[in-house]
Amino acid sequence: MQLPVPLAEGGFVSRLLLGLLAALFVVLVAASGSPAATPPHRIVSLSPTATETLFAIGAGSQVVAADDQSDYPKQAPRTALSGFTPNVEAVAGYRPDLVVVAFDPNGLSTTLRRLGIRVLVQDPAKDLAGAYAQMLALGRITGHLPEATRLVASTKTRIAGLLERATPRARGLKVFHELGPDLYSATSATFIGKVYALFGLKNIADAADSAGSGGYPKLSAEYVVSQSPDIVVLADINCCAQSAKTVAARPGWRNVAAVRTGTIVRIDDSLASRWGPRIVDFVRAIAGALAHLRR
Amino acid sequence: MSSRLWILAASLFLLGSLVLGVLVGPADIGLGAVFESVAARIPVLHVHSPLSSTDEAILWDIRLPRVVLGALVGAMLAVAGASYQGVFRNPLADPYLLGVAAGAGLGATLAVVYLRGIDFQSTLPPAAFVGGAVAVVAAYAIGRSAGVGAGGATLVLAGVTVAAFFTAVQTFVQQQHSDTIQEVYSWILGRLPSSGWRDVVLLLPYVAVAITGILLHRRLLDVLSVGDEEAASLGVHVGRVRLAVVLCATVGTAAAVAVSGLIGFVGIIVPHAIRLMAGPSYRLLLPLSVLAGGGFLVLADVIARTALSPAEVPIGVVTAFFGAPFFAVVLRTSKRMAT
Repeated sequence: MQLPVPLAEGGFVSRLLLGLLAALFVVLVAASGSPAATPPHRIVSLSPTATETLFAIGAGSQVVAADDQSDYPKQAPRTALSGFTPNVEAVAGYRPDLVVVAFDPNGLSTTLRRLGIRVLVQDPAKDLAGAYAQMLALGRITGHLPEATRLVASTKTRIAGLLERATPRARGLKVFHELGPDLYSATSATFIGKVYALFGLKNIADAADSAGSGGYPKLSAEYVVSQSPDIVVLADINCCAQSAKTVAARPGWRNVAAVRTGTIVRIDDSLASRWGPRIVDFVRAIAGALAHLRR
Repeated sequence: MSSRLWILAASLFLLGSLVLGVLVGPADIGLGAVFESVAARIPVLHVHSPLSSTDEAILWDIRLPRVVLGALVGAMLAVAGASYQGVFRNPLADPYLLGVAAGAGLGATLAVVYLRGIDFQSTLPPAAFVGGAVAVVAAYAIGRSAGVGAGGATLVLAGVTVAAFFTAVQTFVQQQHSDTIQEVYSWILGRLPSSGWRDVVLLLPYVAVAITGILLHRRLLDVLSVGDEEAASLGVHVGRVRLAVVLCATVGTAAAVAVSGLIGFVGIIVPHAIRLMAGPSYRLLLPLSVLAGGGFLVLADVIARTALSPAEVPIGVVTAFFGAPFFAVVLRTSKRMAT
């Protein structure tokens, strides 16, 4: 019987060690890779837009809590959590494995990540392309990429269809987008402004565009009346109870073209301030008003 | 300069501001056209207005009422500031001293938050007025219960206390309803609304009564300025004068704040600039504050409307931005004149 050669013995041990190391490596890689592989199932959404998208791509059942502004869709688990003044402890209390925010104040995302929670920051989209990219990102991270891809494709198709019919009527017409009865408006630099640009509408707020206004200037009443916009879009019907009637009753407004033709579009406040899948509804409302205008 | 000349100069300043306010604005209406449109309103002249109906509406329904509103608010804030400085013998007193601003701010916030679904432009002014009145009554009750200190110092402290409490409640409510921040914020920064004649009609009776009440006490305020005991020895009922003047100034300020929000600086800068130029006598200071305060705010609003036209700058920003350097110049020149 031949005794094992010490050298061979050593070779066996080192081979064993190598094997163990390799196994450990595989386990480690698998472990570190697993969160990406298994989709999150305890999502907290502090962004009303993200909440809408999550439900639209079939990830709604993975959402355990949504913020106090997430009023759409109805089955969203709306809570008292605030997206504007978020409390890290309250968010962490839901034991989330993913937190989606549109606004990241006071180092919220850093603190959450330190607790081992994944955070997806989705700032207000600058244009439709940005909105689509966010939908796809949500699909990818939640394991619903195919649905997200389909959602983006259908949104694009439907908007294109609406624009095709409406654009010829819109060219050269002036629009005034009202965010509040104090005549805060949105320029073409904003997401909603870019939608008007798609129609070829002339946005009267653009003349007031300055670096300081951030795309949301407060317009002079005199200016709005003198511009006599053809379409007035009211995004302040819920907050401030504005309507075609209150607009017509404002001093000097009875001569405004939109008031004379009744082209005053009422938009749910939340619809005009989000960049989710319901943007189609917004485009449809504008297209409808244009159809009415030139009938 | 004699008092009559000062009154004349201040009247001309107000008149000039009013004319400028009507002539200048974001909508481009020619100067001649404005004059012709004004002439057309005078029946005997038989002039036809050259303006389109839109420009007519801009001039008469939007611009003119706003200019008048600016004059009323400015006059009220300046004279209220001057009176507070008189009755409390405190140069830093402003119209918001007794908690009017904080109370009105809370009232406005509650209206915006809890009366959603109602056009808040019609609910905000009464709510702000009630809030301002409640705050001052609370301050007065606290001040009285603590006894009357020298020169009403306890009353001032009570006002500070009430203001802190009301501001805390307002901030809390606002935090709970962050979606309404924009409306509340725009009111807090101060703005003259383009709401036509409605707000002018709303404000005018309060301002007329308040200013008349204050002006009737202008001689007594001069007596008061020598000190409570000295005034009492001259037969002045100090407590009653103080109450009457504070009541007038507060009611007027609450009404002004209710329609225009918190426009700072007017109540401090205008009376002090006048003191430095025309002397400290309340007999002259109070009427001059009415005239110059109105003119100053109308001018500030011209800047607010035109500086970034067609966008608007919050008028509170304008009053501080242009008022502060102006005040610094007045302070410098008056010191040089004194030495």
